[in-house]
Order: sequence, then C-alpha cells, then structure tokens
Amino acid sequence: MASITLEGLKKTYAGNVDAVKGIDLHIADGEFVVLVGPSGCGKSTLLRMVAGLETITEGTLNIGDRVVNTLEPAERDIAMVFQNYALYPHMTVYNNLAYGLKNRGFKKDEIEKRVRIAAKMLEIEDFLERKPRKLSGGQRQRVAMGRALVREPAAFLFDEPLSNLDAKLRVQMRVQIKQLQRRLKTTSLYVTHDQLEAMTLGDRLVVLNAGQIEQVGTPMEIYARPATMFVAGFIGSPAMNMVPVEYLHARGANGLLDNLPAGTDIVGIRPDDLHLAPPEGPHLIVESTLELFEAAGAESHLYVHLADSDQPTVIRVSGQPPVAEGETLRFYVTHNALHPFNSTTGKRTGD
Amino acid sequence: MVENRPWANFFAHTVLIIGVALVIFPVYIALVASTQAPGELMRGTIPLLPGAHGIENYTRMWQSGVSSAGTPSAAQMLWNSFVMAMAITVGKLSISLLSAFAIVYFRFRFQMFFFWLIFVTLMLPVEVRIIPTFQVVADLKMLNSFAGLSIPLIASATATFLFRQFFMTIPEEMLEAARVDGAGPMKFFKDILLPLSVTNIAALFVIMFIYGWNQYLWPLLITTNPDYTTIVMGIQRMTSDENPQWHLVMAAVVMAALPPVLVILFMQRLFVKGLTETEK
Repeated sequence: MASITLEGLKKTYAGNVDAVKGIDLHIADGEFVVLVGPSGCGKSTLLRMVAGLETITEGTLNIGDRVVNTLEPAERDIAMVFQNYALYPHMTVYNNLAYGLKNRGFKKDEIEKRVRIAAKMLEIEDFLERKPRKLSGGQRQRVAMGRALVREPAAFLFDEPLSNLDAKLRVQMRVQIKQLQRRLKTTSLYVTHDQLEAMTLGDRLVVLNAGQIEQVGTPMEIYARPATMFVAGFIGSPAMNMVPVEYLHARGANGLLDNLPAGTDIVGIRPDDLHLAPPEGPHLIVESTLELFEAAGAESHLYVHLADSDQPTVIRVSGQPPVAEGETLRFYVTHNALHPFNSTTGKRTGD
Repeated sequence: MVENRPWANFFAHTVLIIGVALVIFPVYIALVASTQAPGELMRGTIPLLPGAHGIENYTRMWQSGVSSAGTPSAAQMLWNSFVMAMAITVGKLSISLLSAFAIVYFRFRFQMFFFWLIFVTLMLPVEVRIIPTFQVVADLKMLNSFAGLSIPLIASATATFLFRQFFMTIPEEMLEAARVDGAGPMKFFKDILLPLSVTNIAALFVIMFIYGWNQYLWPLLITTNPDYTTIVMGIQRMTSDENPQWHLVMAAVVMAALPPVLVILFMQRLFVKGLTETEK
C-alpha cells in the first residue's frame, strides 16, 4: 500500500524526441487512476517509467516514501499486467504465478497459500496445472492478473490489459478488475486508449495528449466540464460537436448567446444535448439535413449537416424517432448544455 | 494435400522408393561386406548376400583393431571420437548461447561491431585458419590431447547467429515481465530463455555432433599418439594400408555410422516435442 508521486517527469529519446514533457501527478494510497489518451500520447511510456522499464530523463518519482528513480523494477514493489500478458509459455499456470515469489525467496508453503488464494479469487483454480497455450484469451488475461496479485505489491500497473479481448469479455473483465481493486484497495495506475474503459474504471482520470496532461479529474467532472477542446472531443462517444458561435448568431440566437464568457468563439454540444422536441425554458433552434440514420438498439445516432454549412454533426436520441434520410430536422439546445471554448488557445473559457 | 489421384500416388511412391534404394544400397553393401571372410572382397565380384563371419569380424575390430595399419581397437577409437564430438558440441552450444544472449539482451559499446565480427567468421572454414591454429595449439602444448582436439573447433558463428535470430523473436515483454518478477539477467537466461530454446538446442546438437564426429583433417594434424586416434582417422589409415582388410574396414564403418544415428534418434523426440509445444 503506497501513494505514487510524479514530479516533473520527463522522457526524452535519442534525437531530442520528447515523449513525456513534464508530468506532475499525485496518486493517493488505494486510488485507481486511469491514464487515457490517443495512441502516441506518451501514456504507455509514462507507465513504463513508473514501472522502471524506461529510464527517467528528468524529474523524480516516489513510490511510498522512497525516491525510486534508479531502482530496478523488482525493487519498486510494483506488479505489472502487460497487454499481451507475457506469460511464460513453458511454465504451468501455477509456476507462472509462483515465479515472482520464488525469486523473492518465499517459503514453499507461503507460495502455495498465496497462489491458491489468488487462483480462487480469479477463478483459475482448475487451470493451475495447464500451460498458458491451452487457455483462452480471457483465461490468460486472468492468469496475468493473478501473477500481479500474488505478489501483494504496493501498486498495480496495467498496460492496456483488455485490448486483446473481444468486446463481451472486455466488459466482463472490466467489471472484475474494478471489483477486485475495490476489495484489495491497492493503488493502481491503468493505461488505456478506450475512453469508455477509462470512464467506468477510474476513480480519477488523467487525459494525456502529446506528452502533456490535458486534464485531471473524476470521470464525471471531466465529462461535465472538459477543460480543453481536446478533452471535449476525446471523452464521450460519439464525440462532442463543435459549432462556431458566429454560425449560431447568424441563425438567430434569441439573445441566448449573449452571456457566454469572454473570448468564446466556438461552443461544444454533446450529441445527447440536441433534442428533437423543444425543451422547457429558453433554447436555441438548429436546422439541419439528415444524412445518415444509424439505429443502435436503445438509441439512434443521427448524422446531420447543419443548414447552410458543411459542418457535420452527430446527434444521439433514445429509441427510434420517425425520421427519414434527406429530411430537414429541427433540433433544440438549452443554454446550460453549451460548452464554451476559445478555438485559438483550445481552452475552455470562463474558468 | 488431400487428393485422390491413383496415378499421382503411384508416381510419388515410385520416386520415393528409387530415392530410398539409392541411399540404402551402399549402406547395405557395407553391412554385407563386413560379414565376409578375409580375402572374399578381393575376388572381383562383391557378394550381395551376408556372409558367415559377421560376429568374428566385429569382435576382432572392436577388441584389437588392425595393428599392421597402426590403429588401436575400434572401442578406443569410438570413445575418442565420442569425447571429441561431445566436447565440441557442448562447447559450441554453451558459447554460442551465451554470446547470442549478450548480443541480443545487453547494450554495450561496439555491439554491432562484435556481431559482425562473429558473422564474418561464418565465411572462414577451419581449413583456412588451420596453420596458425596448429601453431597456437602446439605452443600451448595441447598436441595429443582432447583439449587440443576440441577447443579450437568450439567457436561457432553459425550457432551464435541462429540463437540470435531466435532470441529476437521472443517478445520483449517476456524480459520485462521477468524483470518485474525479480529475475536478474542470468536467472532470466536460465529460467526463461533456455527452456524456450530447447528445440533449437536439440537441432543444433545434432548438427554439431555430426560436425564434430566427422572431423578428419584437424585430428589428423594434431594427434600422433594412437591413444587419440579417432574412428574417422582410423578408417582412413586402414584403407591406405598396403594390403587393406576390407571386411574389417567395413565393420569399422558400420560402427562409426551408429553413434550419429543414435544421437538423431534420441534428439528427434525433443524436436517433435518442441514443434508441437511452441507457443503460436
């Protein structure tokens, strides 16, 4: 059990490529923090620096109350789950779990006890004598988790552990990881590019872009008040629509746009905040042509073009409204659903 | 291929049978010849059916050899060959495993230079460097010894290169997982790399053993003492006798062919096991 503190962490590769450009982050004891961002944003590099698999160019890294910058991964008291699991193919599941404990000089009966407990928790008791290649993807994933679990480390590090699974298993394992972390209360750092995984798993999210932190906060804080246009576009699916303020003014704003914060020239509107029926209270009206109708069961996605503009926009409505492609539709937006941004700085205005 | 074409089947089998017959025939002749009475083989026509002197010829060759040709007993020569071949095989495998491990997993200065240095020696067969090597071995007083027979042949660029290629196919996460699990470099080598390389080790073991077993020029150069005569040298010596005793020579040939066959049969189980058990 320990907290993790990153101070000004930087990673520069040969040829002056900055992969991570100075990250400050404090992860409290027992917290589940998710690093999320598009590929190439430096999230995996950052995780590997915490693990000790990449060297730290600059800054300090504390795990517990030790500075661990130059320690070997094994000395940092962390356990890691890899994307491709990296199970030892020639060892049985039991030995895969036991290997780390053997190397640390645990007694045989203690190893046995810990492996049994972890196997029971992950429901892999029946496979202990099998080799990894005889297991399905989901089972391998659980063995990889078990290998981290038996060590009872100060922190778990997850490097996109679910991305090799099919959609259904991914949801199952996500729930299992969350429950497990709740129960064990081990500090965890989890890397993913899947924003849904990030939203549902994390106590806090860290949104990374181009080696820098864009925003840190609880999933709902980030969803409700994205601090930058990047975060607004990255979190939430389908992505937030960005509409220039000028356009809305030109279409008749009913005075609703007058009290937007200074500097706002673009507003973000979530696909679910565009309604087909007029809401109570003051609202904006947007006209558009329906290009494509996508029925997704309980909800539908409408891909529209705003009238007199080539701006593509997505709208999410529940159920299946009686609309036809090519039809002109009217949408209504309330004032509090607008996210004001300045397109030059990319930042949210009025904060 | 799953096909049903009787003529194609017939043709394929004919080709295979002819091929096998061509390979088997000389071996059969050697076996038959080794069972003949002395002088039988000098009469012009080589007999095609086994004679009655098999046991006698093999016992004589095994126990005493041909003293007129200066060869010790086959038992002694087979033992010498076996020790030399094993020393070369085990030596080559250990050195090349370790050097491939160093080249793939450690970052050091001139790494690529060393790799190319090893790679370039692939192009130099023993015969090219035989004179200087002889000088070195003579200066080190290793003439007429097993050390002299095996050590100069141990360095192996081929095996180092093959192990390097194999190690590079092992995912990097395997090393990282081992590091997180607290395994140091040598532990990783012993617990992860070696078990994963078993198939390659078995295959190279066979190749290297046969290479060592068949060495002729090198042992001929550095041994003068009959206690170190290898079986390949012995056969050569017996055939260049002024009155070669072919029935005994053939008995020695058959015995010389057996150990490589046994090594292949034994190692075969390992590669079949390895082939069916590799991860994806």
